[in-house]
Amino acid sequence: MAVPAEVPVLEVEGLSHRFGERKALDGVSFAIPAGRFVALLGLNGAGKTTLFSLITRLYNNQTGGIRVFGVDMRRHPARALARIGVVFQQPTLDPDLTVLQNLRYHGGLHGLSSKRITESTREELTRIGLADRADERVRSLSGGQRRRVEIARALLHRPDLLLLDEPTVGLDIELRRQVLDHVHALCRERGLAVLWATHLIDEAWADDGVVVLHRGRVLAAGPVAELRAEADGVSLGEAFGRLTAAAAPRGGAP
Amino acid sequence: MMTAPIWGRCLRAIVVREGLRFVHQRERFFAALVRPLVWLGIFAVGFRAVLGLSIIPPYETYILYEEYVVPGLIGMIQLFNGMQSSLSMVYDREMGSMKTLLVSPLPRWYLLVCKLLAGVLVSVVQAYVFLAVAWFWDVRPPPLGYVAALPALLLGGLMLGALGLLLSSFIKQLENFAGVMNFVIFPMFFASSALYPIWRIREGSPVLAWVAELNPFTHAVELIRFALYLDVNATAVLVVAGCLALFLGGAILAYDPGRGFWARRAGPAEQGGG
Repeated sequence: MAVPAEVPVLEVEGLSHRFGERKALDGVSFAIPAGRFVALLGLNGAGKTTLFSLITRLYNNQTGGIRVFGVDMRRHPARALARIGVVFQQPTLDPDLTVLQNLRYHGGLHGLSSKRITESTREELTRIGLADRADERVRSLSGGQRRRVEIARALLHRPDLLLLDEPTVGLDIELRRQVLDHVHALCRERGLAVLWATHLIDEAWADDGVVVLHRGRVLAAGPVAELRAEADGVSLGEAFGRLTAAAAPRGGAP
Repeated sequence: MMTAPIWGRCLRAIVVREGLRFVHQRERFFAALVRPLVWLGIFAVGFRAVLGLSIIPPYETYILYEEYVVPGLIGMIQLFNGMQSSLSMVYDREMGSMKTLLVSPLPRWYLLVCKLLAGVLVSVVQAYVFLAVAWFWDVRPPPLGYVAALPALLLGGLMLGALGLLLSSFIKQLENFAGVMNFVIFPMFFASSALYPIWRIREGSPVLAWVAELNPFTHAVELIRFALYLDVNATAVLVVAGCLALFLGGAILAYDPGRGFWARRAGPAEQGGG
């Protein structure tokens, strides 16, 4: 299917969500074009997980729209979900099953044929350098290896959009860098659009995009360079600090 | 578009995973097998002398208590299996691994039905293993009864599995699970025709007999009992099928992304991780 170049891979528009009285998201809008790495920056409780749950349709959005390549998530969830790969914050591999069994399960859930699963699995495992561990139980892998397998799993059905919810939690500095490099490379080489949620400012690189989420609202969205320029050229961390400090005093009523 | 092979592959993937998990969890495998054997080998022997049985359908002669209790113990296997599936749903939800299931592009109701079918297939295998062991215990229904029991096992298993799914949507945390077990499994098992015929219960308490007659578990057990002896209990078929529709419908509503509990409350990760 040919897609006009200007259609973003992910488009979130006017998204609000409340749990009872508490407003978790308030008028969130941003877009990600193909080949772009966008860091979703926010402190704990900013609404990152709620946003991820809505984009992955764990539950429906109450207002606003989520579109993947122009396909509305509420109207055509199957078509939209088929183009998304997700790496969740919590580890979700089955430790008692082998790497291969885990990947085959995921491929089956996406309705891939056995042949295609075999091909994709080999390709993705080779990419992350774990092809020779395919028949080992996930339990025997290290934390960093498991993370990479989860990324491989998310890419098995060849999605156009990769969502990662704080994927470096629990990894040491070296592994963190490896995973970050890996995903940036996927962006460049495959034209994958990436939304990477984190509270670690340094995970957004100089030429990435950034969405600053604070108490459910988007305070800023755009290239990292632009954000810094607007804040008189200070570091991204400094710019983030100023934005969130100006928005509302921390600890006030929500 | 979602074509038939895609649906089939999804079902197969879920069934294979459920099967692998069952085989890998050795303790669960043995517990599932040993539990009914303890009932058959100890409880039933001790109880034989206490309980006199008359000839009631579907039996045509006097039977030993062991023979009476076997369909009830198969029901117990399926009841425990349904609750085990429920427990693993709550666990998967809490651990986050259920999300990998739910991001599948196939409709959520279908994913739930696949989960349910996978669990039931495991319980049917367990039931046949138990029947094989019971055969050595001289509990020997007619050979064709083993075949006739299959649809009954599937229907009864589906109903109890759907009950487990529905319950899992009400259980907010893993810690609450034991409570549900006490309030569901034990009353359902004891206030039924699994261990003693209802006419026997009536002698003790007409109210309890009435409760047992309303208990869907009674009907699952009777369904299996009649099928094993090449008979059909129409009431049981209707009640079990009706309850299956009710429980499954409820579970599908509860897990619906628009209506269900997902949308109403934030998960544990929501409060902690943001």
